[in-house]
Amino acid sequence: MLSRTADNLYWIARYMERADTVARLLEVGSRISLLPSAQGYRSEWDSLLQATGMAHAFAQKYGDPVQRNIESFLFFDRDNPSSIASCITAARENGRIVRTALTTQVWDALNTAFQELKQLEREERSHLELSRLTDWTMRHAAMLRGAIDATLLRDDGFNFLNIGYYLERGDNTARLMDVKYYVLLPRIDFVGSGLDNYQWTTLLRAMGAQRAFHWAYGGDVTAMKIADFLIRNPQSPRSLATCTAGLMNHLGRLAKAYGRETEAQDKARRLAAGIESATVEAIFDEGLHEFLTRYIAEAATLAISIHDAYLSGEMR
Amino acid sequence: MSQFNEMFQGADVRPPYARLQDWVGQMPQELRSLKQAEAEALFRRIGITFAVYGEGGDPDRLIPFDMFPRVFSGSEWAKLERGIKQRARALNAFLVDVYGRGEIIRAGRIPARLVYQNEAYEKAVAGFVPPKGVYSHIVGVDIVRTGPDDFFVLEDNCRTPSGVSYMLESREIMMRMFPDLFRENRIEPVDTYSDKLRRTLSSVAPAKCKGDPTVVILTPGHFNSASYEHSLLADLMGVELVEGQDLFVDGEYAYMRTTEGPQRVDVIYRRIDDAYLDPLCFRPDSMLGIPGLMDVYRSGGVSICSAPGAGVADDKAVYTYVPDMVRFYLGEEPILQNVPTWQCGKPDDLGHVLDKLPELVVKEVHGSGGYGMLVGPKATKDEIERFRAKLIEDPGNYIAQPTLALSTVPTFVEEGVAPRHVDLRPYCLVGERIELVPGGLTRVALKEGSLVVNSSQGGGVKDTWVLAE
Repeated sequence: MLSRTADNLYWIARYMERADTVARLLEVGSRISLLPSAQGYRSEWDSLLQATGMAHAFAQKYGDPVQRNIESFLFFDRDNPSSIASCITAARENGRIVRTALTTQVWDALNTAFQELKQLEREERSHLELSRLTDWTMRHAAMLRGAIDATLLRDDGFNFLNIGYYLERGDNTARLMDVKYYVLLPRIDFVGSGLDNYQWTTLLRAMGAQRAFHWAYGGDVTAMKIADFLIRNPQSPRSLATCTAGLMNHLGRLAKAYGRETEAQDKARRLAAGIESATVEAIFDEGLHEFLTRYIAEAATLAISIHDAYLSGEMR
Repeated sequence: MSQFNEMFQGADVRPPYARLQDWVGQMPQELRSLKQAEAEALFRRIGITFAVYGEGGDPDRLIPFDMFPRVFSGSEWAKLERGIKQRARALNAFLVDVYGRGEIIRAGRIPARLVYQNEAYEKAVAGFVPPKGVYSHIVGVDIVRTGPDDFFVLEDNCRTPSGVSYMLESREIMMRMFPDLFRENRIEPVDTYSDKLRRTLSSVAPAKCKGDPTVVILTPGHFNSASYEHSLLADLMGVELVEGQDLFVDGEYAYMRTTEGPQRVDVIYRRIDDAYLDPLCFRPDSMLGIPGLMDVYRSGGVSICSAPGAGVADDKAVYTYVPDMVRFYLGEEPILQNVPTWQCGKPDDLGHVLDKLPELVVKEVHGSGGYGMLVGPKATKDEIERFRAKLIEDPGNYIAQPTLALSTVPTFVEEGVAPRHVDLRPYCLVGERIELVPGGLTRVALKEGSLVVNSSQGGGVKDTWVLAE
């Protein structure tokens, strides 16, 4: 497969997954902001922007984090490369370039999302409820994922799509959990309080994992249990354990198909081993924020290795 | 001017169209509208659209598709086929000759200036003979008709003629919408084109290629107006669609960048101009292209289709001499005639052209796509005078032809069915063998009375049938 084709497939997945996450972030944000604020005028929306690494860009363009501006910035703003509109457009453009590597269903899923997005952009903003926008985004992300799973040939292109998905999803799970860190940072005495638990529950809800969590753990929602669920539990579809296992699996399939191991396989194994061997106690000893930051950085170097080995076409 | 309607002879329906008479007669208006909408939806769904240069507007514009087919009998086609293949052979012989000893020029049959001072003449390939002696692997011959037995070649396209995707998709759509028509008429298939193209390209693998050659299509990218066609052909042939950045040269060979490392490329079907092939050879200022590609090409490490330099054969001034080429290289009389052409660069011809400007069609020698041309009988006095000034300023840049009474084919229009002017572009494949699928692209001028069929000027397309005898 052409490196450029693999690159396009990989970015289709990354962009769609990112759009999905931004929608979930918006949901977390709007729910948390419905709580009585603990931090005076400083809005929780700000923490959300901090966690996504988009706070600086937002402040430059809009100044204070007003909810309506944040919605615009995260959903519609083409100047923000991580906005849902930018992600869906980029995913569709990547898809258009590799049309022949996609099935009709996969292309339809991408193209329909793009065409409907153009409709949404024409609608009066006051008619657009935030929940409608976030539901819409998650629905289209799921439709694309379903079309890929149901119709695509299980060849190397399929592996590159999945590598894109798992890398992006792991990164996003880590960032979503980190939102909690930023929200709680100023008032450590809230830890373990009713408010704290409510915020954790909101996080679970945003990940569509609230019920799954209760089935898997039962009892009270605690930070430890949630960290275990979102980091270490291989049953959780968005956990770091699931994402790193997925990366190992699809990179392993590539190594087998091509008859060649690269640095990427090695790094993926180490990343997965780090998740597997970390106990929840160890994670909280290190500090959840520090642990997540380390994961994000290591996943980023894995992404560079994947690029060098397969997507750049420079490997001789 | 009497016009030949291909469906009729006097009041009688000509045999190839016999069954279409009933078909169109029995089609209620509602069904027609329904089918037309269905056709448009199908075209849009498969994404076959066309960007029109310099017009702005919708880049995903559809070329209008007319459902009324254009039909050739088997014997009509047999003659066309012989004529087209003959022409393709002569054009290739000419190219090998002018990049070699130049016998036709030594013999005084073509002026040296027309060839060697032609912008399309590539000095970089002088003395090089491509594999199998083929420069132009896909020859698109544009043909018009003025009577039952009168066919004229309007121009040759030896570089990268486009439009074959419309031939393929029009047929797919017609078969899907009107299966009964295909049961009632014995229509030769055209979907063998991609297999034949692949075979043609493989047959001109370079000398250094051992084993099964790797073929790729080189596209300028997904913003190009013909990008759909490039990806369709790549898909049908099962070959990679590459851009310049995907290719590189290392030592004696060209490679594409793949996820498994470099993979050697043997045959490049390029859909980009010569100038963008290799910045080291053609345009040092260009960021596009594959540095070093021409060296690999000239040393037999890779084949490029069409071969760099093929353009010198399809120039409109050289066109005048194609019948001479047929006689000179093949020792045969041309089966297909040229349209009589005046070269405005010649003083006598120019005088005649200036006298008769309102009756003539004048074209730029290097123009294409129906841009920058004058159709005398359709032009206003003002337009003619403005064109006259341009002509006098740079006569060598123009040729002129009589306005032909192009044949018409019944076409669905607002008020029902009416005759509209058509032309034909078949695609002749030249490799180890010369092949032609029975069919081609029929373009139709949808405006009443219009003679310009170019899609960029409001033309549409029709499915083209060749009946089995």
